[in-house]
Amino acid sequence: MRRGILAAALAGAALLAGCATQPALRGTGDLGLVIERASGQVAVVSHTSRERLATVAGLGDLSHAHVTYSRDGRYGYVFGRDGGLTKVDLLRGRIERRIVQAGNSIGGSISQDGRLVVAQNYDPGGIKVFDAETLEQLAEVPAEYAPGQRSKVVGLADLPGQRFVYALFDAGEIWVTDLSDPRAPKTERYKAGRQPYDGLVTPDGRYFIAGLFGEDGLALLDLWHPERGVRKILAGYGRGEEPLPVYKMPHLRGWAVAGGRAYLPAIGRHEVLVVDTRDWQEVARIPVHSQPVFVMARPDGRQVWVNFAFPDNSTVQVIDTVENRVTDTLVPGRTILHMEFTPRGEAVWVSSRDDDKVVVYDTERREAVAELAAANPSGIFFTSRGVRIGF
Amino acid sequence: MRIPPTLLHVAVLLAAGLAAALSVEAAEPQGKRHEHLIKLVRQECGSCHGLTLAGGLGPALLPENIAHKPLDSMVATVMNGRPGTAMPGWSRFISEDEAEWMVRSMMKGFPELNGARK
Ligand code: HEC
Repeated sequence: MRRGILAAALAGAALLAGCATQPALRGTGDLGLVIERASGQVAVVSHTSRERLATVAGLGDLSHAHVTYSRDGRYGYVFGRDGGLTKVDLLRGRIERRIVQAGNSIGGSISQDGRLVVAQNYDPGGIKVFDAETLEQLAEVPAEYAPGQRSKVVGLADLPGQRFVYALFDAGEIWVTDLSDPRAPKTERYKAGRQPYDGLVTPDGRYFIAGLFGEDGLALLDLWHPERGVRKILAGYGRGEEPLPVYKMPHLRGWAVAGGRAYLPAIGRHEVLVVDTRDWQEVARIPVHSQPVFVMARPDGRQVWVNFAFPDNSTVQVIDTVENRVTDTLVPGRTILHMEFTPRGEAVWVSSRDDDKVVVYDTERREAVAELAAANPSGIFFTSRGVRIGF
Repeated sequence: MRIPPTLLHVAVLLAAGLAAALSVEAAEPQGKRHEHLIKLVRQECGSCHGLTLAGGLGPALLPENIAHKPLDSMVATVMNGRPGTAMPGWSRFISEDEAEWMVRSMMKGFPELNGARK
């Protein structure tokens, strides 16, 4: 059995190395997946050699697809909009297992011990828990916030202690589910505010922040002191001004936290809000090109890269986090959907949907250094996510 | 040549069946604009309603979901959005005729993106 797996891994490595005779061993720490949305496939890439190693097809509707990784970086769990959950073997460049677990899904996350994969679903609203190895369903927590009423679930993130935190868009609540016993989930509920649209957990797993679409402010839950309940931060950041139309919902992820500060997209304002993570007070607001979608700190926190909503989505801006101002405005290609930093941040990969390419930037020089062809690329996910809390 | 929407409405009153056929042809945007609008719906509307329009943060916009709803109010929603919800207005990018064509097309089953699979 074990030898079989090893042999298969070697065969896969050989395939990836393009070498048929001498099987080359390889690690997974510099691999990743690029979603090729329109064609329902993913590219297996290396961010060391900056090339596509394999293409895996047959993953269904990949709009808004999300990937979480096994802690050994070998498997990517790809969550498709159509409820598909596909376990992709990056070394062999093929599908290991695939199920359709919901009617409408927007992502998922993996447990602290790597044994549970949890999906967050719009329809049927709730979360589902799967065995990470077999994808067998172990439990379901319906987001039934009132009799017969289920909410869409957003912002799912893993927490220490086999717990998961997420927000209920329709219910305006944050739920924390403990999966210490995966077949018997225990859930706590907290009032959050109107229409939470996404969430993030700080890199230490202590705070959960939900962005609110229906309110001027964000909801903060201290998971070391959940009994204190949700606290509003940046309340009234819109200063009562009429919000600008939002043609695409911003995304939140743990990337936004750097150097003791969180960089957050304002809703309906062309601003990035900067908040001190010790006292959660606003320290700055940075005017940017348009409605921010992803606000992502380089791993060292010295820069923050921002992309934007339709119709201003071909531009990327770079914020200097010492001066808290935009230093660079780049146009990598048409319709920039996502960005992903390499683990130590010397490069960032940027997907241009309408130019069918991924552009690799040197983050120090802010210059494009490589390009990869990809069919309508959207999300880019490197395996380094597999070793971080909140991904 | 396009038929002005007012004329269309008269036609609707006169003969619903014929008008349906007429209006489809009449309001159908042409060439590059047609392609652009299909892309706009599939990709930009799709970011909330799903690439397949089967729903997301916004509700599903498939025939079974909206075919029975009043056309005018659906068109108004597309043009002006719905205050208090995440649905923005699109009048900055499309004309009323185009919004009407979008809604009518959704009610019948919206065209696929060129060359893209489902
Ligand atoms: C940022 C998210 C978002 C985008 C982008 C978006 N919508 Fe919506 N849309 C919504 C939401 C949310 C609703 C539900 C509003 C409500 O609760 O009444 C909605 C409702 C609608 C409805 C009414 C459906 C019904 O059954 O009442 C139509 C029609 C519609 N949208 C069309 C469009 C079209 C066409 C586009 C693109 C041109 C678009 N939407 C883009 C979020 C969005």
